[in-house]
Amino acid sequence: MSALKQLTAFGCGLLFGVGLALSGMTRPEKVLGFLDVTGQWDRSLLFVLGGAVTTATVAFHFILNRNAPLLGECLDLPKETSVDRKLVAGAVIFGLGWGAAGYCPGPAIALLAQPNIEAVYFLPSMIAGWGLYSLSSSKLMKSAHSQ
Amino acid sequence: MTTSLTPWNALAGGVLIGLSASLLLGINGKIAGISGIARRLIWGPRSESAWRAAFVLGLIAGAACCYAVARATGHTAWLPHARPGFPPVLLVAAGLATGFGTALANGCTSGHGVCGVARLSVRSAVADVTFLATGMVTTYVVRHVIGLP
Repeated sequence: MSALKQLTAFGCGLLFGVGLALSGMTRPEKVLGFLDVTGQWDRSLLFVLGGAVTTATVAFHFILNRNAPLLGECLDLPKETSVDRKLVAGAVIFGLGWGAAGYCPGPAIALLAQPNIEAVYFLPSMIAGWGLYSLSSSKLMKSAHSQ
Repeated sequence: MTTSLTPWNALAGGVLIGLSASLLLGINGKIAGISGIARRLIWGPRSESAWRAAFVLGLIAGAACCYAVARATGHTAWLPHARPGFPPVLLVAAGLATGFGTALANGCTSGHGVCGVARLSVRSAVADVTFLATGMVTTYVVRHVIGLP
């Protein structure tokens, strides 16, 4: 069962990676070409999102109704539903990074398939950013417990 | 450097991404959020690292396959290239912000952007509008005020 789950995960990762590279979204200049609405606007990202969201919305409709995945007991969905300051602050900080360099996490990881000098600077920094959050949130948890 | 609309590639790639998210949820019951999967693979508990590692390896392999075809058919413009004159300090700062921000918001363009919208999550829609708007303002400043590529 768990081997089958790993195989599924690998296959899904494969599809995702082909999708990202085929759509051109692993090239930061394509992403910035979309975010740069005042320049020579490249709307390709809208087509990527449109294709992905349409496909997923139709499929999710049936999956969420079934309530259980093919392998395993339940769907592991995010429990958080509130719109809070953490969400908005996080999205703003991510937007700053995304708009500056043109990499979101998927394309940044895909750099490992064709490494260049930008990967050397961006990838370890992104991983450090994740670690910084883990560190700060575990410190916050500890201080909340000690109070 | 400016790029132009490539609708068919974009649409086909998008459908594949949507298909990937649908299969991962339908078969394994997991959300295809890249930032969450990769972050927890590195900084999270060991208990679920096997499928997360498999997904990340698949993603790299998928992109590698695509690049191999691009190289073989002479479409080298489709490979990611380092931008000459792009300051390393900005890449480092952007990397830190992308990591920390996606962790704080618990999602990025895949988790909130694709899966969140497909689940009709208001929380994700707010995140999407926020990072899209911030991204557009940031790109404007970086390209037209500072004057970087």
